[in-house]
Amino acid sequence: MSYFSDIYHGIRTLLTGMGVTGKYFLHSRKGAITQQYPDNRDTLKMFERFRGEVVMPHDENNEHSCTGCQKCEIACPNGSIEIIWDRQVDPETGKKKKLIDKHIYHLGMCTQCGLCIDACPSDAIKWAQNFENAVYDRSQLTRVLNRPGSKVRAGVEE
Amino acid sequence: METATINNNFKSEEYFINMGPQHPATHGVLRLLLTIDGEIIKKVEPDLGYIHRSIEKMCERDSYQQIVHLTDRMDYLSSHINNEAVCLAVENALEIEVPERVKVIRTIIDELTRISSHTLWWGVMGMDVGALTSYFYGFRDRELINDIFEETCGARLTMNYNIPGGLMQDIHPNFIKRVKEFIAHFKTKLPEYDKLLTGNIIFQKRTKGVGVLSKEDAIAYGASGPVARGSGYSCDVRKYHPYSALDKVTFNEALHTEGDSYARYLVRIQEMWESISIIEQLIDNIPEGDFKVATKAVIKLPKGEYYQKVETARGELGVYIISTGGKNPHRMKFRSPGLSNLSLLNHITVGGKIGDLVATMATIDIVVPDIDR
Repeated sequence: MSYFSDIYHGIRTLLTGMGVTGKYFLHSRKGAITQQYPDNRDTLKMFERFRGEVVMPHDENNEHSCTGCQKCEIACPNGSIEIIWDRQVDPETGKKKKLIDKHIYHLGMCTQCGLCIDACPSDAIKWAQNFENAVYDRSQLTRVLNRPGSKVRAGVEE
Repeated sequence: METATINNNFKSEEYFINMGPQHPATHGVLRLLLTIDGEIIKKVEPDLGYIHRSIEKMCERDSYQQIVHLTDRMDYLSSHINNEAVCLAVENALEIEVPERVKVIRTIIDELTRISSHTLWWGVMGMDVGALTSYFYGFRDRELINDIFEETCGARLTMNYNIPGGLMQDIHPNFIKRVKEFIAHFKTKLPEYDKLLTGNIIFQKRTKGVGVLSKEDAIAYGASGPVARGSGYSCDVRKYHPYSALDKVTFNEALHTEGDSYARYLVRIQEMWESISIIEQLIDNIPEGDFKVATKAVIKLPKGEYYQKVETARGELGVYIISTGGKNPHRMKFRSPGLSNLSLLNHITVGGKIGDLVATMATIDIVVPDIDR
C-alpha cells in the first residue's frame, strides 16, 4: 500500500508547487516587477543617495566650494582623485592662498565607496545619480571636475 | 554468459575531469579537479586562486577607514556584516562606545543582509537541482531588500555603510516604512518557498541523505554557520558572543541533526524566520541619537593584537589585526567561513554522483571571493 501512497503523496507535492506558479501565471499583471529599462528612461528616477559618479556642483556664477585641501585625495583608497593646485597671492589681504587648478577624477578606478565625500569639509563634491557610464575609450573616464574658468566661492574657508 | 565476457573487456578506469573554473554550478571561478569512475566520485580537489586579489596585503597599505571597503569584496553577499567586523575590531581597540542607535541600525541591516543572502541562495539552490522557477522568486524578494539598501546606503551590493565609529550617514526617512513593508511582504512569500521547493518530492529525493556530514567531522573541519548547524553543532556567534544590539533580542538558533543537504536547507529557511523575528523586535524602537561618534582623521590603533568575530550568512568571520601603533595594520588576517566549509567538500561527496556533488555544493553555499580573498 505504501507504493500507492508514495505515488499519491509525490503527485500531491508537485501539484502544490504548481498551484503557486499557476497563481502567478493567472495573476501575472498584478505582481509584475519587471522594469522596462531602456523604455522607461524618462520616468526612471534613482534614489537620491545612489552612488553613480562623483561630481562638483557649480553655481550660476561658475563658482564651486573646493578649497583644494586634498582631504578627498588622501581619503581615497585607490588613487581615483588627483588634485593639481597652486598658491596665489590674494590681492586684498596679501596672503598666499591655495587654489585648485584641476580636480581630476578617474571614474574607471573608482569603487564608489564614498569616503571622499564623507571626508570633504566644505561639501564641494557630491554623488550624481547617473549610471550609464559606458564610453568607447577608457581615457574618457578621466574627468576634470572643476569647470574651465571656475573659481572658489567667496567665504569658503580651508 | 556472453554479456559477462563483454563486460570484462571494458575495465572501469578512473579519470580526471575539470569542473570549472567557469562552470556555472560552481558559483564563481572555482576549479574542482574530479577523479571519477563512471559517474561515481572518487576524489574532489578544489583548486583555488583564480580570483585572489591579496586583500590582506592591501589592508597593510590602507588606513583603517579604507580597509572597510575592501571587505565588501570578500563575501559580497554579506558585505555589511564584513564591514561591521572590521569596524567592531577597530572600535574595540580604540575603546570607543558607539551610540545605541548605531548598534540597532547595524543589527537590522545585518539581518536584512542575511535574508538577502539566503533568498539568493534559495533561488540558486533550486536552480542547481533543476528548478528554474525558484531562481526568479528568490530574486524577486531580494530586489526589495536591495532597494532598501540603495535608498539608505547608496549601493545595492558593496554598501560600505559602516565606518569606524558609527555609520556613514543616518538612515533614510523611508527606511523604517520600507523595512516594515518588506517584512509584511516576505512573511507571505516564505510559506510559498516551502510549498514550491521544501515539500517537493523531487527536491527531497535529491537532497535527503545526500552529502551527510557528522557532527564530529563538522567540528574537525572547522565548519561554521548553517553547514555546521545542519549537523547539530551549535555554533552561532550571535548566541555565544553577541555583538551590537544582539544581546537585546531573543531568537532561536536553527539546529538540525541529520547533517545531510536537506538539513542544511532547512537551517537556512529557519534562519530567515529568525531574522524576521529579530528585525521585528528592533524596528519599532530604534533609539534616538547620533549616527556616529567623531574619530580622529588618522586612526592609530594602540600596539597590540585584536580579534573580532561575527556571524555572516555563511558562518564565522574572524578579523585579526596586529598593530604596531601606526596608521596601517602591521598584519591583517581574515578567517573566512567559506574556506573551512569548502574543505569538507571532498569528505562528504566521495562515493556519490556528479549530480549530487552539484546539489551538495549548493547547500554549502560557497562564495568564491570569500575563499580566495
